[in-house]
Amino acid sequence: MTVPAEIVGAEGLKFFGRISASISHEIRNALAVINEHAGLLEDMTLMAEKGMPLDAARLKRTAGAVLKQVQRVDGIVKTMNRFAHSVDEPLKRVDLAETLELVVRLFGRFAAVRQVTLAPESPLASVSVATRPFQLQNLIGLCLDHAMQSAGAGGTVKLSIAPLPDGGAEIRFGGLGVSALPETPLAGETFQALLGATRTEVAICAETGELGLRLPPKIACDAGGETGA
Amino acid sequence: MRILLVDDEKEFVATLAERLELRGIDADWVTTGEAALAKAAERAYDLAILDVKMPGISGLKLEKLMAQRHPGMKFIFLTGHGSASDYHSGIAEDRVVDYLVKPVNIEALITKMQATLTS
Repeated sequence: MTVPAEIVGAEGLKFFGRISASISHEIRNALAVINEHAGLLEDMTLMAEKGMPLDAARLKRTAGAVLKQVQRVDGIVKTMNRFAHSVDEPLKRVDLAETLELVVRLFGRFAAVRQVTLAPESPLASVSVATRPFQLQNLIGLCLDHAMQSAGAGGTVKLSIAPLPDGGAEIRFGGLGVSALPETPLAGETFQALLGATRTEVAICAETGELGLRLPPKIACDAGGETGA
Repeated sequence: MRILLVDDEKEFVATLAERLELRGIDADWVTTGEAALAKAAERAYDLAILDVKMPGISGLKLEKLMAQRHPGMKFIFLTGHGSASDYHSGIAEDRVVDYLVKPVNIEALITKMQATLTS
């Protein structure tokens, strides 16, 4: 029988690999745009050498397009860097708004391919909890997958954070179709293992299908034996 | 040679089309599979260059649809996947379609286009 720590560790690697592949794909796309604009500049230069006048406005637009892509890659790399450092400390106090915004950015390409809009509430409530940052991101990612599948193409997944009286918080995924937990991948052993590792509970509204992740204000250090990633 | 470029990265596909036009190739471009099907219905193309991963109709599905509707049309895939093995894992075994990994060298692309059209 697979123990939760092994499941969490294996799922963590899978999650890290999936995000890394998506980011490399995004960087490749930006490089492809830069490559074409650089090629166009070269084409214009070659034509100028043959006596054709240079179009200053076109040159300016092309340079601007390259700068825009450089900024895009810079943003992607910053996001990747934040994600990479989420494994530095297994247990840490994190701001849930920052964590949710990071995962939303990491899932931007997945949402675009599925034609789903991810809409975090603006501003998201700022609540900090002591948790396992990487496993929490993994858990939010699984919920986003479920939410995007439930919302379907053209749908919108609304995201919000509600503080709880005990100092914890609930991350809410709205705009979903009604779907019972046992019929979804969320009932699987991977999801359950991640819930255990982060001491998180799931709440699903029977009427709206809204999914909630209820996080305690902190998890005890003795939960350390349950994680493998 | 008349080609249709399909990629959801508008900046990429529009600029690539412009560069191909500079080389005397008649190139149209669209950013979705749905628009590609509509464009191919109104104009005949020798070749379509398709991004593999797009919102809505994927490049793989689009190739099958266009091949059914326009027998004789040839195809090349462009992929942002990290490696050729990643790309091959997404291709059905019965499909033999050539591909290039982004970013593309335009001269290599034109060579591949010519080879595909004469194959």
